[in-house]
Amino acid sequence: MDLTPSPADEAFRAEARTWLGAHVPTVPLPSLETEEGFAAHRVWEAELAADRWSVVSWPAAYGGRDADLMHWLAFEEEYHAAGAPGRVGQNGISLLAPTLFDHGTAEQRARVLPPMATGEVVWAQAWSEPEAGSDLASLSSRAVRVAGGWRLNGQKTWSSRAAFADRAFGLFRSQPGLPKPHQGLTYLMFDLRAPGVTVRPIGRLDGKPAFAELFLDDVFVPDEDVIGEPGQGWRVAMSTAGNERGLTLRSPGRFLAAADRLVALWCDVGDRADRALRDRVANAVIGARAYQLFTYAGASRFLDGEGVGPESSMNKVFWSELDIALHETALDLLGEGGELADTAWSEGYVFSLAGPIYAGTNEIQRDIVAERLLGLPKGRR
Amino acid sequence: MRFLLDDEQRAFAASLDAMLSAADTPSAVRAWAEGDRAPGSALWSRLAEAGVFALAVPEKYEGVGPLPVELVVAYVELGRHAVPGPVVETVAAAALLNGLGERGETGPAERLLPGLAAGGSVATLAMDGGYALDADAATVLLAMEGESLYRASGHGPVRASMDRARRLARPEAGGELLARGPQVVRAARDAVTWARLATAAQALGVGLALLDRTVAYVGQRTQFGVPVGSFQAVKHRLADAKIALEFARPLLFGAALSMTPADVAAAKVTAVEAAYATARTALQLHGAIGYTAECDLSLWLTKARALRTAWGTPAECRERVLAGLSGDRPRS
Repeated sequence: MDLTPSPADEAFRAEARTWLGAHVPTVPLPSLETEEGFAAHRVWEAELAADRWSVVSWPAAYGGRDADLMHWLAFEEEYHAAGAPGRVGQNGISLLAPTLFDHGTAEQRARVLPPMATGEVVWAQAWSEPEAGSDLASLSSRAVRVAGGWRLNGQKTWSSRAAFADRAFGLFRSQPGLPKPHQGLTYLMFDLRAPGVTVRPIGRLDGKPAFAELFLDDVFVPDEDVIGEPGQGWRVAMSTAGNERGLTLRSPGRFLAAADRLVALWCDVGDRADRALRDRVANAVIGARAYQLFTYAGASRFLDGEGVGPESSMNKVFWSELDIALHETALDLLGEGGELADTAWSEGYVFSLAGPIYAGTNEIQRDIVAERLLGLPKGRR
Repeated sequence: MRFLLDDEQRAFAASLDAMLSAADTPSAVRAWAEGDRAPGSALWSRLAEAGVFALAVPEKYEGVGPLPVELVVAYVELGRHAVPGPVVETVAAAALLNGLGERGETGPAERLLPGLAAGGSVATLAMDGGYALDADAATVLLAMEGESLYRASGHGPVRASMDRARRLARPEAGGELLARGPQVVRAARDAVTWARLATAAQALGVGLALLDRTVAYVGQRTQFGVPVGSFQAVKHRLADAKIALEFARPLLFGAALSMTPADVAAAKVTAVEAAYATARTALQLHGAIGYTAECDLSLWLTKARALRTAWGTPAECRERVLAGLSGDRPRS
């Protein structure tokens, strides 16, 4: 039981802090959910990549630093503490890349990962469909075998960042009529600008086109863009879903930095006599610390050779509720000014509201906790 | 950095769990509540043999400590098994006496700590006019009054706590003066930190016991032809209890590693809130059977409430957390 960083940990953290101190833009970039902001964030990704900071946990061959999980966590803490921009490449880096490391071919890794690391190719996820959200296996978009590849037809929706992204990845039904819905699915990558793809941006609560629906009409995908075996897509995708809920999507650094800003805000404008609000500030600070230490414990288990298990569902519920609590508390501290739409707190608040809905709703996560961690019987939803 | 218990620490927890499981703790708790201390004292001796009360006592006073991580490991088990008696207060008294020793007042430490570490004496402690837990069962009754530490010679009437195994009394004023001065106040702060850490660990154990028993119950109890644990409304309450308890755990061990008052306060408020929320869920999901004194669940239900305010209310703990963060940021 030890929380003391090693000299190597400290050196890595110091190097990251120095680099970030010299490179983080002093004027915040425009929102990455706008065309202008998307382009600005690509430039930032390229700057990160030039000094191998965009994907620190990847092997050096693909632009990373071979950083272990503890170093990655340290980097993330420094990144958010420095107020660095949001990561436009996140869907690819945190969802597709781990899948390629686990299930992709050497050729796919060599072709897909380097331009992902530089922001040259930005990826969108294409999981959900109008009739397949939490019940993802009920998806009906089809992949039909043709010479040299597959033809995709159907509709995907809630595809984050697809309005401006280059390529997408998702599951398609390649063998209909099998007994169970998660059988006969294939995991494919496709080009969002390929013939037959129509992207319709959807405005988020704040009006920004942060996601989109995709209409696929006889879209050709070559064989080399199938990940894993055709028909085995569910197994391939589930390892990605574990990553999404677990360690890679929401690193503690983000919440620690937000909690620091919240305390500073409370010191500046908080009414010391308002004990209810003070308690909420304290709860948010404690929650961020709890999430950090929970993650360290999980990372320690992972380094001992244990995989990411159903614990990642506890993670998902916790960080999504913490994120809302942090931002709600800030808005209440700001009082009337909290309503303004163009502040970092209000933008963060609107973003946080999606947390309990995406990456598997929190209701689904609670079912997983109850059934797989507590051993309660499966039953009526 | 390896933020996990090692094999020895896990084995320590497992050995305490096995010993307490075999000891019929619920009977000892019920006897303690009725004023029959024999089964509880036998339990105390066995915990002392296992080294539990030596963990906060340094080697020079015949202890093995200070070992806050092992203390947390042990007190989670004491909470899981609802062990009665001033277990937290004995640790707090040890920290106080040791704190005095570190500040040059070694007399009381040399005289009293070896007995506490070995389990031959049982201590309790009252701060500035507050209640002492189980003063009638303690052989060492300490009372802080301002800058003075007394060994009281008696106590007032014993009052029942909402947790019937906790018995509260105020020490009589005066008695033997053990120490006086600002070093006593500083040592008392150490004592509060240790007491909060032990209470937080005990509360986590209480919450885990409530959760385990409730999960077992809803797996067996059927309504509408199916186990009630198959209903989503039931599952989600238990999932929330599990999440709250599992996120209190790392705060607790993090606090044991740093032993800063702010970290310990954060762990304390989080553990007691999680345990209390779990108690509410446990009672709701047991239904009427859970509301009875004859169901063992009652031993933990009321303790969760009592620990919530023992050694610092949630509001006091939250204030301590923020004081640690905002101290160097005066309002502009």
